[in-house]
Amino acid sequence: MAIKITGTMQRMAALILLCLAQPALAILPIEQWQSASGAKVLFVANRDLPMLDVSVDFPAGSAYDTREKSGAAAMTRSLLRLGADGLAEDEIARRFADVGAVLGGRFDPDRAGLHLRTLSDPQRRDRALGLFSRILKAPEFPADVLEREKVRQIGALKEADLKPDTQVARLFYQMVFRAHPYALRSSGDVDTVSRLTREDLLAFYRRHYVADRAVVAIMGDVSRREAEAIAEQLTGGLPRSDGRVQPLPQVESLAQGVTRMVAHPATQSHILIGAPGIRRDDPDYFTLFVGNYILGGGGFVSRITEEVRQKRGLAYSAYSYFAPQQATGPFIIGMQTRRDQAGEALAVVQNTLREYVRKGPTEEELRAAKQNIIGGFPMRIDSNRKIHDYLGLIGFYDLPLSYLEDFVANIEKVTVDGIRAAFARRVDPDRLVTVVVGADSDRTVMTPAAR
Amino acid sequence: MNTVIPFLQVMLSVCLLLAGPAAAAAPQAVAERELANGLRVIVKPDRRAPVAVTMVWYRIGSVDEQNGVTGVAHVLEHMMFKGTKTVPPGEFSKLIAAAGGRDNAFTSRDYTGYFQTMHKSELPLSFRLEADRMANLVLSPEEFAKEIKVVMEERRWRTDDRPQSVLYERLMATALTAHPYRNPVIGWMSDLENLTVEDTRTFYEQWYGPNNAIVVVVGDVVPDEVFALAERHFGGIPRKTLPPRKPQDEPPQLGIKRLTVKVPAEQPQVLMAYRAPRLQNPDTDWETYALDMLQGVLSGNDAARLPQTLVKTERMAVSAGASYDGVGRGPGFFYLSGTPVSGRSAAEVEQGLRREIRRIIDEGVTADELERVKAQVIAAQVYQRDSMFFQARMIGWLETVGLPHRALDLFVEKLQGVTSEQVQAVARKYLVDDRLTVAYLDPQPLDSVARKPAPPAGARHGN
Repeated sequence: MAIKITGTMQRMAALILLCLAQPALAILPIEQWQSASGAKVLFVANRDLPMLDVSVDFPAGSAYDTREKSGAAAMTRSLLRLGADGLAEDEIARRFADVGAVLGGRFDPDRAGLHLRTLSDPQRRDRALGLFSRILKAPEFPADVLEREKVRQIGALKEADLKPDTQVARLFYQMVFRAHPYALRSSGDVDTVSRLTREDLLAFYRRHYVADRAVVAIMGDVSRREAEAIAEQLTGGLPRSDGRVQPLPQVESLAQGVTRMVAHPATQSHILIGAPGIRRDDPDYFTLFVGNYILGGGGFVSRITEEVRQKRGLAYSAYSYFAPQQATGPFIIGMQTRRDQAGEALAVVQNTLREYVRKGPTEEELRAAKQNIIGGFPMRIDSNRKIHDYLGLIGFYDLPLSYLEDFVANIEKVTVDGIRAAFARRVDPDRLVTVVVGADSDRTVMTPAAR
Repeated sequence: MNTVIPFLQVMLSVCLLLAGPAAAAAPQAVAERELANGLRVIVKPDRRAPVAVTMVWYRIGSVDEQNGVTGVAHVLEHMMFKGTKTVPPGEFSKLIAAAGGRDNAFTSRDYTGYFQTMHKSELPLSFRLEADRMANLVLSPEEFAKEIKVVMEERRWRTDDRPQSVLYERLMATALTAHPYRNPVIGWMSDLENLTVEDTRTFYEQWYGPNNAIVVVVGDVVPDEVFALAERHFGGIPRKTLPPRKPQDEPPQLGIKRLTVKVPAEQPQVLMAYRAPRLQNPDTDWETYALDMLQGVLSGNDAARLPQTLVKTERMAVSAGASYDGVGRGPGFFYLSGTPVSGRSAAEVEQGLRREIRRIIDEGVTADELERVKAQVIAAQVYQRDSMFFQARMIGWLETVGLPHRALDLFVEKLQGVTSEQVQAVARKYLVDDRLTVAYLDPQPLDSVARKPAPPAGARHGN
């Protein structure tokens, strides 16, 4: 196979697939440095398209909310762009639109941040970045805008609260994470959102949007020197942390299994099953990633889809995944099925999981999983957007810069015994939270932990 | 399935000429060939990564269904994964997965498409499997019996338990009287309950053939090699005599239509659909471009008129927007929608939306507003080149609705030329009551639903 090397993504994919035997080769052009502001910066230059992706993330997700002010983290992030440095929200929106720039960003339990996509010609780029910098450094959180956004958010929460998929997720996270902040709803609840004040947002912003905890990811059509200037432009002038932010607490494992049935008139029952799973830095990460591909992550070829959908036609969508986070994130199995067959579907999934945890995958299943994950590696890094996402991930979770280079080798190392042992350590079929919304009546059943 | 890509997004493709400087890798020319059996092959080289996206598009969708068998196009899409004479059920996805690929499919009103994303060296596998199921599908009653249940679950999940999906479904069924766009792509539940494997077989035998299909490949490939490969795998499949397609034209609307949808929900909503032209001649149909710019001015960015006025300034709505669906084989529509804040009604939001349209009819739009939308058009067509999948999707979509993919080059240019007077003119001509259907979502408490036990699996309802 002749491999033509033309661009960044070509080079990365080709070399990674060819150089499995030489994992130490520094073939990925990820550059990392610390900006004068204290921010961590990750950068990949790519001149294929005249565009640029720049994100700035902070450990300021919903896990940094308190129970009393749940929703402050999300509201802080969403108000950044709604008034800053003397510019009103409509002026900010107009200025981004005028240069064709798109401001988005991520918000999850761990991370909060903004992501700018802009054309890379200096005129448009500089206008977009200048605006981005003012938003990050001088948000105003206008009280009047906050009042309006609270009304909108509360309306959305009330609408969502009626839906079976929202109800099942809320209960699931509450029961899996209990006192841990991962149990908090990322957008807050009606009563906590209605109490939020401008001072709450300012306090949250000052505490968590600090330069030395910022991760800047830059991907696209700029030079290293330009990238350095951009990172400093975006984070220079942000305060440093005061050292009072505590790391997230540990997630306690479940003492026993519990099943909660909730009445709801929907045509389908929405089902979530799971427990605390793994942290992002867990040494079992790759083993469980491959193991879960076989169980319920591999789409049409996973065991759960085979048993629930292909063999029995019980659901359109049935899946499982680990969501590794800063603290222990959840392991989740999910599906929706016609309400009168929820019991049957549940039994099928429970048996599938039990069997898998007891025996692990077959050698044949493992081989097929590796073929897919390794063979599919080029598609993980075939666009600026995907590589940019990896930069943010690697930077935020302190993963090695060689994460992508090592990816294939790490998958290659996984064994059947390793998967069986890792699942036995992480997933106890007798100690799971099961929530079914769309039952005929409310009911809770505890499962004794010991058998 | 059932993906409605907003019209503006289509407009925002390709054509790097306007993209500004710094274009390091100019887009490669699209190459095209038609095999002797009528199969068209369209290849767009994109050498940024060693990946190829393959799509096989059939010019067949829910618009081609008959009464009583709505949903059959989509059910057949599911059955296309259930085995051929030489590839057992489920094996298709296993072979793709083992080659590192991802595969799936989509069904819309106008087309059905199948895709694989793989390392470029696996293109032969894609072609071999797609050619096989184009000609040799096995439709077994046993597989059908399971899969039709999956599709019914899909309908419950997508539509029946989602208030906004129900609102849209009932709006379309009211807005149109004769044209099959009035039926949902996934089909009415009663039709699904009564569908048979023979229905899918009839549909497959009538419509699945090389002369009703287009193969689109975007990726790190050489067009001549792709053409040769296509010839090898698809070349032997005989051409089919396709049934005539009846136009099923919609008669003129004779006045405003209104409906109310009562479903469990918290917030009311208003959804308005105006009959609007669809794009037929990309060179001369200026009205569709003007409607597209109208959509952009109304809700194309955070500072656009509807969010700015109804949401931010007057605070009567939690959200408000417009969309234009002007590319398709059937009637086009221009939509307005809004959700009132607590304490305001859908009727008030309807009045607010109408007032904003009135303002444009009376006063036009400003040069600033048009320039802003045009700037977004130019930027978006650069951003979209970051996704091979999206590029393939645009080509296949246009071709299956009867437009040349090369029209993509025209769109940006045409949009740049739209004037305020043209925007005003199309608003005045098309956003009028005699073309309008208005749907209100009237929220009901959850406990208002008297839920009857669901029918046993596979049961037939008489109707």
